[in-house]
Amino acid sequence: MRFVDEFRAPELISKAGEEIRRLADPHRHFRIMEVCGGHTHAIYRFGLKDLLPENVELIHGPGCPVCVLPMGRIDDGLSLAAKPDFIFAAFGDMMRVPGTHGSPLEYKARGMDVRIVYSPADALKLARSNPEKHVMFFAIGFETTAPSTALTLMRAKAEGLRNFSVFCNHVTIIPAIRAILDSPDMRLDGFVGPGHVSTVIGCRPYDWIAKDERKPVVVSGFEPLDILQSIVMLLRQLRDGEAKVENQYKRVVPWEGNLAALRAMAEVFELRPYFEWRGLGFISQSALKIRASYAQWDSEQRFSVPGVRVTDPKAAQCGEVLKGVLKPAQCKLFGRECTPEQPVGALMVSSEGSCAAYYNYEHRKPVTIASAAAN
Amino acid sequence: MCLAIPGKIVELDAQNAHLAVVDVVGVRRKVDLGLLLEQFPVPGDWVLIHVGFAMSKISEADALDQMRTLRMLGEADAAMEEVRGYGLENEEQDAPGQGRIQ
Repeated sequence: MRFVDEFRAPELISKAGEEIRRLADPHRHFRIMEVCGGHTHAIYRFGLKDLLPENVELIHGPGCPVCVLPMGRIDDGLSLAAKPDFIFAAFGDMMRVPGTHGSPLEYKARGMDVRIVYSPADALKLARSNPEKHVMFFAIGFETTAPSTALTLMRAKAEGLRNFSVFCNHVTIIPAIRAILDSPDMRLDGFVGPGHVSTVIGCRPYDWIAKDERKPVVVSGFEPLDILQSIVMLLRQLRDGEAKVENQYKRVVPWEGNLAALRAMAEVFELRPYFEWRGLGFISQSALKIRASYAQWDSEQRFSVPGVRVTDPKAAQCGEVLKGVLKPAQCKLFGRECTPEQPVGALMVSSEGSCAAYYNYEHRKPVTIASAAAN
Repeated sequence: MCLAIPGKIVELDAQNAHLAVVDVVGVRRKVDLGLLLEQFPVPGDWVLIHVGFAMSKISEADALDQMRTLRMLGEADAAMEEVRGYGLENEEQDAPGQGRIQ
């Protein structure tokens, strides 16, 4: 019972599990997508699948920023890192993601100035303290991190800092969900909505999924009880033939989102006509670019970027896993050529990637709620 | 990046109105409050931090829950590494013997 005791309200966790089994009509098969990589991580870590009946299947969504970034963007960003007096700054998550000629860490080993920062504000700080160099922040992430990049660019402009730019790879979650729903080989019954993206965008942007697609959405927290309660809420809606957006994570997510964050994003970014996602291909209006009024701080407008497109290594099936068509272990490279120590694909790098989560928790089978409860 | 780090506002920065010193289990770093203009925090408030920016105000109970979630997810060390990394160099004085999410 070691693990069980640590969870908030363990008795409620068992109750939620019972409720799920009661609600899951044995004549139906429920396919529920958790959009966010943080949820994928939590689901594997806590062994929540073991608490679900066989006919409630969780499909892992595209919400891992490192995973969905196509290799061409990494190559483009790294092509600039080779310029003299240039500092390539990125979050730690990016550092081991393979590009065609190596990861940012490998570029660093070859002598290029590659730095880990934990905040875009620190990339700006690097620029202030290295006035003789140009600092490029390689920005990734959904709406959780995009407002911070936006505010950093507003600060750079206000200061008139000329040796700083952002290579913007920010993506938006809604068009990715639309692309998945439009995909002919994907049948889903409902969504566990992302928790922290929703603190920024609120719950309204999911309305169309309920109204037009008739699929329920429940925005969820990250604790085991949060995720199980969200699944209960989804199954209740499905039982009653309803489709609405509900907020299980009210303690953090306001229905309207974070207005200051949305304003900062609107000031700095506009939608790209289209953007390539690993696995999902080109999705229209699915990513953010820096507005012309901030052109001086946009690496892509300021420098010449090759704009390469690279297909993933043939044997790797990252795309199919990202779309939820294949489970991680069904990829030919999983656990053999591709491991967290030697990743071939990005899904094995980030802790939010479904392959890394599956490898660390499922493949190695640690103590989980279900197994601890059985002991 | 998806997981948020809870911290308590210790003091607002006298020089920079948008910065505050935040305490995350004893580690003190400056974070940016510029995305909380709608509900600007005061010392003693708890916030959720993403990549050096406070993104939402939360209750103390929810902050403690979030810390426990990070620990259960095996992300506590990564979270503390992130917090320690804010500001590039260690400018703030950490409370002695702190920095572990218990």
